[in-house]
Amino acid sequence: MSNASAKVKIINRLGLHARPAMCFVDVAMQFPCEVSVKRADQTVDGKSIMMMMLLAATQGTELDIVCEGDQAEEACTALKKLVDTGFDED
Amino acid sequence: MKLSELIASGAVVTQLQSQDRDQVIHELIDALIASNAAAPEHRAELIKRVLVRENRGTTGFGRGVAVPHVKHPSVKRMAAAIGLSSAGIEFNSLDKQPVYSVFLLLSPEDRPEEHLLAMEVIFKNLSKETFRRFLRQAGSETEVRSLLDDADTQQLAG
Repeated sequence: MSNASAKVKIINRLGLHARPAMCFVDVAMQFPCEVSVKRADQTVDGKSIMMMMLLAATQGTELDIVCEGDQAEEACTALKKLVDTGFDED
Repeated sequence: MKLSELIASGAVVTQLQSQDRDQVIHELIDALIASNAAAPEHRAELIKRVLVRENRGTTGFGRGVAVPHVKHPSVKRMAAAIGLSSAGIEFNSLDKQPVYSVFLLLSPEDRPEEHLLAMEVIFKNLSKETFRRFLRQAGSETEVRSLLDDADTQQLAG
Protein backbone atom coordinates (compact mmCIF):
# COMPACT_ATOMS: atom_id res chain seq x y z
CA MET A 1 0.00 0.00 0.00
CA SER A 2 1.21 3.46 -0.82
CA ASN A 3 -0.05 6.98 -1.26
CA ALA A 4 0.76 9.61 -3.81
CA SER A 5 -0.63 12.98 -4.75
CA ALA A 6 -0.02 15.68 -7.31
CA LYS A 7 -1.19 19.22 -7.95
CA VAL A 8 -2.23 19.87 -11.51
CA LYS A 9 -3.71 22.71 -13.52
CA ILE A 10 -6.15 22.31 -16.40
CA ILE A 11 -4.46 23.91 -19.42
CA ASN A 12 -6.60 22.92 -22.40
CA ARG A 13 -8.95 25.64 -23.61
CA LEU A 14 -12.21 23.72 -23.26
CA GLY A 15 -11.47 22.56 -19.73
CA LEU A 16 -12.36 19.19 -18.26
CA HIS A 17 -15.32 18.47 -20.52
CA ALA A 18 -16.71 15.00 -21.19
CA ARG A 19 -14.01 13.65 -23.48
CA PRO A 20 -10.98 14.52 -21.31
CA ALA A 21 -12.89 13.49 -18.18
CA MET A 22 -13.49 10.12 -19.82
CA CYS A 23 -9.78 9.86 -20.73
CA PHE A 24 -8.93 10.57 -17.10
CA VAL A 25 -11.30 7.85 -15.87
CA ASP A 26 -9.95 5.39 -18.45
CA VAL A 27 -6.39 5.91 -17.23
CA ALA A 28 -7.42 5.82 -13.55
CA MET A 29 -9.21 2.51 -14.12
CA GLN A 30 -5.96 0.92 -15.32
CA PHE A 31 -4.65 1.05 -11.74
CA PRO A 32 -5.83 -0.90 -8.70
CA CYS A 33 -5.48 2.03 -6.27
CA GLU A 34 -8.26 4.43 -5.35
CA VAL A 35 -8.14 7.75 -7.16
CA SER A 36 -9.77 10.90 -5.91
CA VAL A 37 -9.68 14.39 -7.33
CA LYS A 38 -10.08 17.52 -5.25
CA ARG A 39 -11.13 20.98 -6.29
CA ALA A 40 -11.05 23.37 -3.32
CA ASP A 41 -13.23 21.63 -0.72
CA GLN A 42 -14.89 19.26 -3.18
CA THR A 43 -13.57 15.70 -3.55
CA VAL A 44 -14.82 13.25 -6.16
CA ASP A 45 -14.09 9.70 -7.27
CA GLY A 46 -11.58 9.88 -10.13
CA LYS A 47 -12.87 6.58 -11.52
CA SER A 48 -16.43 7.85 -12.03
CA ILE A 49 -17.22 9.89 -15.11
CA MET A 50 -20.36 11.33 -13.53
CA MET A 51 -18.42 12.48 -10.48
CA MET A 52 -15.62 13.95 -12.56
CA MET A 53 -18.12 16.11 -14.45
CA LEU A 54 -19.17 17.67 -11.14
CA LEU A 55 -15.82 19.42 -10.94
CA ALA A 56 -16.77 21.76 -13.82
CA ALA A 57 -13.05 22.41 -14.12
CA THR A 58 -12.41 25.18 -16.62
CA GLN A 59 -9.06 26.15 -18.12
CA GLY A 60 -6.81 27.34 -15.29
CA THR A 61 -8.55 25.33 -12.56
CA GLU A 62 -6.17 23.73 -10.05
CA LEU A 63 -6.88 20.19 -8.92
CA ASP A 64 -5.28 17.74 -6.52
CA ILE A 65 -5.00 14.14 -7.62
CA VAL A 66 -4.79 11.74 -4.69
CA CYS A 67 -4.04 8.04 -5.18
CA GLU A 68 -4.19 5.51 -2.38
CA GLY A 69 -3.29 1.83 -2.62
CA ASP A 70 -1.36 -0.40 -4.96
CA GLN A 71 0.49 1.41 -7.75
CA ALA A 72 -0.50 4.79 -6.33
CA GLU A 73 2.74 6.35 -7.48
CA GLU A 74 2.38 5.07 -11.06
CA ALA A 75 -1.27 6.12 -11.25
CA CYS A 76 -0.50 9.60 -10.00
CA THR A 77 2.32 10.04 -12.50
CA ALA A 78 0.20 8.85 -15.43
CA LEU A 79 -2.77 11.05 -14.49
CA LYS A 80 -0.63 14.12 -13.90
CA LYS A 81 0.97 13.66 -17.30
CA LEU A 82 -2.45 13.39 -18.94
CA VAL A 83 -3.62 16.68 -17.42
CA ASP A 84 -0.27 18.43 -17.96
CA THR A 85 -0.37 17.62 -21.66
CA GLY A 86 -3.89 19.07 -21.96
CA PHE A 87 -5.42 15.69 -22.86
CA ASP A 88 -3.90 16.22 -26.34
CA GLU A 89 -6.24 19.14 -26.95
CA ASP A 90 -5.35 22.76 -27.75
CA MET B 1 -27.15 27.53 -13.31
CA LYS B 2 -30.65 26.10 -12.87
CA LEU B 3 -31.66 22.82 -14.47
CA SER B 4 -35.22 24.08 -15.00
CA GLU B 5 -33.92 27.05 -17.00
CA LEU B 6 -31.54 24.91 -19.03
CA ILE B 7 -34.32 22.63 -20.32
CA ALA B 8 -36.00 24.52 -23.15
CA SER B 9 -39.70 25.10 -22.72
CA GLY B 10 -41.56 22.36 -24.61
CA ALA B 11 -38.40 20.29 -25.13
CA VAL B 12 -39.45 17.38 -22.94
CA VAL B 13 -40.37 14.20 -24.81
CA THR B 14 -41.89 11.84 -22.27
CA GLN B 15 -42.52 9.03 -24.74
CA LEU B 16 -39.68 8.71 -27.22
CA GLN B 17 -40.92 6.92 -30.33
CA SER B 18 -37.70 5.15 -31.16
CA GLN B 19 -35.44 2.73 -29.28
CA ASP B 20 -32.60 3.47 -31.67
CA ARG B 21 -29.91 5.94 -30.59
CA ASP B 22 -29.70 7.84 -33.88
CA GLN B 23 -33.46 8.20 -34.19
CA VAL B 24 -33.71 9.40 -30.59
CA ILE B 25 -31.15 12.11 -31.40
CA HIS B 26 -33.39 13.13 -34.34
CA GLU B 27 -36.42 13.33 -32.06
CA LEU B 28 -34.64 15.48 -29.50
CA ILE B 29 -33.13 17.87 -32.04
CA ASP B 30 -36.65 18.24 -33.47
CA ALA B 31 -37.96 18.99 -29.98
CA LEU B 32 -35.32 21.72 -29.59
CA ILE B 33 -36.24 23.18 -32.99
CA ALA B 34 -39.94 23.15 -32.05
CA SER B 35 -38.97 25.00 -28.85
CA ASN B 36 -37.05 27.62 -30.84
CA ALA B 37 -33.82 26.61 -29.12
CA ALA B 38 -32.34 25.60 -32.48
CA ALA B 39 -32.94 26.83 -36.02
CA PRO B 40 -34.62 24.44 -38.50
CA GLU B 41 -32.02 25.17 -41.19
CA HIS B 42 -29.32 23.65 -38.97
CA ARG B 43 -31.24 20.44 -38.25
CA ALA B 44 -29.12 18.09 -40.40
CA GLU B 45 -25.85 19.67 -39.28
CA LEU B 46 -26.75 19.48 -35.58
CA ILE B 47 -27.79 15.83 -35.85
CA LYS B 48 -24.61 15.00 -37.72
CA ARG B 49 -22.41 16.72 -35.15
CA VAL B 50 -24.11 14.98 -32.22
CA LEU B 51 -23.61 11.61 -33.89
CA VAL B 52 -19.98 12.31 -34.80
CA ARG B 53 -19.34 13.19 -31.16
CA GLU B 54 -21.22 10.10 -29.99
CA ASN B 55 -19.27 7.81 -32.28
CA ARG B 56 -16.01 9.21 -30.95
CA GLY B 57 -16.97 8.17 -27.42
CA THR B 58 -20.36 7.30 -26.00
CA THR B 59 -22.14 9.70 -23.65
CA GLY B 60 -24.14 6.78 -22.31
CA PHE B 61 -22.28 6.99 -19.02
CA GLY B 62 -24.21 4.19 -17.31
CA ARG B 63 -27.11 3.95 -14.84
CA GLY B 64 -29.64 4.30 -17.66
CA VAL B 65 -28.74 7.84 -18.66
CA ALA B 66 -27.05 9.47 -21.64
CA VAL B 67 -25.98 13.07 -22.21
CA PRO B 68 -25.28 13.61 -25.92
CA HIS B 69 -24.14 17.15 -26.66
CA VAL B 70 -23.08 19.46 -29.42
CA LYS B 71 -21.57 22.90 -29.83
CA HIS B 72 -22.62 24.98 -32.78
CA PRO B 73 -21.99 28.60 -33.81
CA SER B 74 -25.70 29.17 -34.49
CA VAL B 75 -26.61 28.44 -30.87
CA LYS B 76 -27.00 31.70 -28.97
CA ARG B 77 -27.78 30.33 -25.55
CA MET B 78 -27.42 26.96 -23.86
CA ALA B 79 -30.46 24.75 -24.13
CA ALA B 80 -31.23 21.12 -23.46
CA ALA B 81 -33.98 18.65 -24.25
CA ILE B 82 -35.05 15.66 -22.17
CA GLY B 83 -36.24 12.41 -23.73
CA LEU B 84 -37.66 9.50 -21.78
CA SER B 85 -38.13 5.93 -22.93
CA SER B 86 -39.95 3.26 -20.94
CA ALA B 87 -38.76 0.56 -23.33
CA GLY B 88 -35.10 1.58 -23.13
CA ILE B 89 -32.74 2.74 -25.88
CA GLU B 90 -29.76 0.88 -27.24
CA PHE B 91 -27.14 3.61 -26.71
CA ASN B 92 -23.81 1.76 -26.65
CA SER B 93 -23.50 2.68 -22.97
CA LEU B 94 -20.38 2.12 -20.91
CA ASP B 95 -22.25 -0.41 -18.76
CA LYS B 96 -23.89 -2.04 -21.82
CA GLN B 97 -27.33 -1.39 -20.34
CA PRO B 98 -30.26 0.36 -22.05
CA VAL B 99 -30.79 4.07 -21.57
CA TYR B 100 -34.11 5.38 -20.21
CA SER B 101 -33.36 9.10 -19.86
CA VAL B 102 -31.53 11.26 -22.38
CA PHE B 103 -30.40 14.86 -21.89
CA LEU B 104 -29.35 16.44 -25.19
CA LEU B 105 -27.39 19.64 -24.65
CA LEU B 106 -26.81 22.41 -27.20
CA SER B 107 -24.02 24.87 -26.43
CA PRO B 108 -22.66 27.97 -28.12
CA GLU B 109 -19.23 27.36 -29.56
CA ASP B 110 -17.23 29.99 -27.75
CA ARG B 111 -18.30 29.64 -24.12
CA PRO B 112 -16.63 26.53 -22.65
CA GLU B 113 -17.23 27.70 -19.07
CA GLU B 114 -20.99 27.72 -19.57
CA HIS B 115 -20.87 24.30 -21.18
CA LEU B 116 -19.01 22.88 -18.16
CA LEU B 117 -21.49 24.47 -15.75
CA ALA B 118 -24.42 23.03 -17.69
CA MET B 119 -22.84 19.57 -17.63
CA GLU B 120 -22.21 19.99 -13.91
CA VAL B 121 -25.84 20.77 -13.13
CA ILE B 122 -27.04 17.88 -15.31
CA PHE B 123 -24.65 15.36 -13.73
CA LYS B 124 -25.25 16.65 -10.21
CA ASN B 125 -28.84 15.52 -10.62
CA LEU B 126 -28.32 12.42 -12.75
CA SER B 127 -25.89 11.09 -10.16
CA LYS B 128 -28.77 11.00 -7.64
CA GLU B 129 -30.73 7.76 -7.58
CA THR B 130 -33.89 9.60 -6.49
CA PHE B 131 -33.72 11.98 -9.43
CA ARG B 132 -33.17 9.19 -11.95
CA ARG B 133 -36.07 7.17 -10.53
CA PHE B 134 -38.54 10.09 -10.44
CA LEU B 135 -37.52 11.09 -13.95
CA ARG B 136 -38.19 7.61 -15.29
CA GLN B 137 -41.60 7.60 -13.61
CA ALA B 138 -42.63 11.02 -14.96
CA GLY B 139 -45.51 10.69 -17.41
CA SER B 140 -45.91 14.26 -18.60
CA GLU B 141 -43.90 17.41 -19.20
CA THR B 142 -45.66 18.94 -16.17
CA GLU B 143 -44.36 16.15 -13.94
CA VAL B 144 -40.84 16.53 -15.36
CA ARG B 145 -40.98 20.31 -14.80
CA SER B 146 -42.06 19.78 -11.23
CA LEU B 147 -39.13 17.41 -10.70
CA LEU B 148 -36.70 19.94 -12.21
CA ASP B 149 -38.00 22.63 -9.87
CA ASP B 150 -37.56 20.32 -6.88
CA ALA B 151 -34.05 19.50 -8.06
CA ASP B 152 -33.16 23.20 -8.33
CA THR B 153 -34.39 23.89 -4.82
CA GLN B 154 -32.42 20.90 -3.46
CA GLN B 155 -35.50 19.04 -2.35
CA LEU B 156 -34.21 15.69 -3.52
CA ALA B 157 -32.20 13.31 -1.39
CA GLY B 158 -29.03 11.77 -2.83
